[in-house]
Amino acid sequence: MFRNTYDSDNTVFSPQGRLHQVEYALEAVKQGSAAVGLRSKTHAILLALKRSSGELASYQQKMFRIDDHVGIAIAGLTSDARVLSNFMRQQAMGSKMVFNRPVPVNRLVSAIADKAQVNTQEYGRRPYGVGFLVVGLDHTGPHLYEFSPSGTSFEYFAVSIGARSQSAKTYLEKHFESFADCDLEDLIRHGLHALRETLQQDKELTINNTAIGIVGPAGVHEGTGTSVDFRILEGPPIEVYLQTMQLKEVPPPTAPTPAAASASASAPAAPPPAAGDEDVQMSE
Amino acid sequence: MPDMSAIVNPQQRQFNPYAENGGTILAIAGADFTVIAGDTRQSEGYSIQTRYAPKVFRLTDRAVLAVNGFAADGNMFVKKVKQRLEWYRHAHAKDMPLRAIARLIQTMLYAQRFFPYYVYNILGGIEEDGTGAVYSFDPVGSYERETCRAAGAAQSLVQPFLDNQIYFKNQTAAQGSPHPAHLPLPDVLSIVIDSFTSATERHIEVGDGLEMYIVLARGRTLPDAVAGLRPQELPSAGGEKVFVLKRDLKKD
Amino acid sequence: MDHFPTNWGRPKYDNFDTSATYPLHNRGQNQSTTSGATQHTQQPIVTGTSVLAIKFKDGIMIAADTLASYGSLARFKGVQRLHPVGDYTVVGASGDMSDFQYLQHILDGLVISEETTAQDGHTLGPAEIHEYLSQVMYARRSKMNPLWNSLLVGGVKDGQRFLAYVDLLGVTYSASTLATGYGAYIAQPLLRKAVEGRENTLTEPEARAILENALRVLFYRDARSINQYQIATITANGAEISASLKLETSWGFAEGIRGYGAQTQ
Repeated sequence: MFRNTYDSDNTVFSPQGRLHQVEYALEAVKQGSAAVGLRSKTHAILLALKRSSGELASYQQKMFRIDDHVGIAIAGLTSDARVLSNFMRQQAMGSKMVFNRPVPVNRLVSAIADKAQVNTQEYGRRPYGVGFLVVGLDHTGPHLYEFSPSGTSFEYFAVSIGARSQSAKTYLEKHFESFADCDLEDLIRHGLHALRETLQQDKELTINNTAIGIVGPAGVHEGTGTSVDFRILEGPPIEVYLQTMQLKEVPPPTAPTPAAASASASAPAAPPPAAGDEDVQMSE
Repeated sequence: MPDMSAIVNPQQRQFNPYAENGGTILAIAGADFTVIAGDTRQSEGYSIQTRYAPKVFRLTDRAVLAVNGFAADGNMFVKKVKQRLEWYRHAHAKDMPLRAIARLIQTMLYAQRFFPYYVYNILGGIEEDGTGAVYSFDPVGSYERETCRAAGAAQSLVQPFLDNQIYFKNQTAAQGSPHPAHLPLPDVLSIVIDSFTSATERHIEVGDGLEMYIVLARGRTLPDAVAGLRPQELPSAGGEKVFVLKRDLKKD
Repeated sequence: MDHFPTNWGRPKYDNFDTSATYPLHNRGQNQSTTSGATQHTQQPIVTGTSVLAIKFKDGIMIAADTLASYGSLARFKGVQRLHPVGDYTVVGASGDMSDFQYLQHILDGLVISEETTAQDGHTLGPAEIHEYLSQVMYARRSKMNPLWNSLLVGGVKDGQRFLAYVDLLGVTYSASTLATGYGAYIAQPLLRKAVEGRENTLTEPEARAILENALRVLFYRDARSINQYQIATITANGAEISASLKLETSWGFAEGIRGYGAQTQ
């Protein structure tokens, strides 16, 4: 017997008032490796975890420069990200051409959000399968935005997207009040700590799998010629920041019940409960 | 007999989309440096519009473009070149090499073959092999690499002087000491400054200010004689260095 | 459009390329320009004369008389040629008044879409307005359909004074004194003498006196001018455009000139 699942066409609401295609697009974002963003009074920074498809493969690109004053980190479909970042670059250049002014960051984010919204409403389209964190500097100071394929955008003090990003959010929520007055080095350290929370148990942050994006004045580890412009740090230059990380406090048993906690403590070889994050698990 | 052509071919008054805004530009390549210079006067007819309108623009850490002719076309052209270079940076995460910029400029100029940018371009900088280079263009894109070139209002005054002082035309070398292929930076700067002070004396459209961009190859430093003139260093990420030296020219 | 550069005529400068090495200016056979159905502005109709502007200690001052001429006829005597754009900028226009009214419409629309709608604190300053106008003017000249104006754009934003020019060709420049049209010949030398080197010390009354004097000289010498004018003052406190003012002039000297005025012998 045919049963309508209300998910083959994004212009059709389900009886519960949901657009399933849009929710699947949000799942695509969750499948991408994590990206973290945070902001102080002087800087806005991005940190991202780069995946590699194997020992012989290179690591994926997680960050893109949009203009001197704007950069993004992505989670989800890289190819969709390239389309959208290209659009953002066009907007940035259009602003330079017409007004000789760097495009205001909030307008850039609104522009892609509007573009994404169209794909959730028009027949025969699909939503973008990618989410962005956008950092930028304009005359109102440093900014951090999240863009999601549902067509929304929000400004944040600190935020994370992608696989296991909830763990990073928990860290950020615990510490964000101290971010405003952080210098760049402390801000990056907090970012790395948050990003570390998204790793699988046997993994750690290395110079190969981590990328750092910065807007704001040069830090003490950067060259004297560095301007406030957006820059992406990858490879050996980030070693110095990884060194500053403090050991992760030994996780106290956080299992839901004392019984389960003692069970997992006595059986460390048990599979990590969060392994399911790596797969699509749409419940219906 | 009176001129009948106006009757046979009635001429209609038509909007002229061009103007000539005066000024002169000049570039000289050394072995491991290039100097690109231009005056800062902008004029139309006998009127000075402004005493400071730059005609020389830094494009990358090792490329500088001087633009002379119709000012509106010049500014728009520079803006478009800069945007093309920005797209190149997005795609390749590095600056476009000088010889590639030269070919890009030829393509962009020729694309307007039937409604040309009324500008004479001189591109100077450092090639990938570390040598100083000058490329000069006509308004529709013909170009070549040269050692030196003057263009603009006082081209006819300055170029012969350069032919003599840079290429040693009409000079016979002393026995056993042939003419050098490249001059050192202090000599080149003297020639540039003399070129512009002379052009200012003899040409009404040249004067007010002089801006000289100096591009140094990777690992080179300014000779003391030039450092003493206190040029302003522009921030650059690469090994090449770019300096600007400003001077006053007569304002009459 | 006539696509053949050879039909566009030589630049004014007679000595340019005397040996004709570059064939751009060798006029060929005349080509008809009225073959298409659309007509482009080939000359201004109702015109405003000079606009003057100077920098002073606290900002920018722009002046223009209120006459819109129809050829030699003083057709409209109370036309405002200074237009505020946003909170920081004033545009002054000479040349075709209908083209200027079109530009006012465009600029008002720009302020609505960029500021009133967005409401995000990213407002347009005089530099942005000038860049935008330059792009519009250049785009129109490139379609061989120019907006027949010379415009001065002045203002103050974020403590920065800005004053620049743009015309029907898209030519732009900036200086501490600017004048369009006849003013470029008659007023500009007076303004430069009075202002250059004193941009940071001139007070508002001094600046006003300098402009009024230049307007007076223009009224004596420019047959397309009138003795009514307005002055826009843009400072950190915003833009203010004066009411229509009368120039004080004296014609007593004419009494002694024979063959002038009421005398017949």
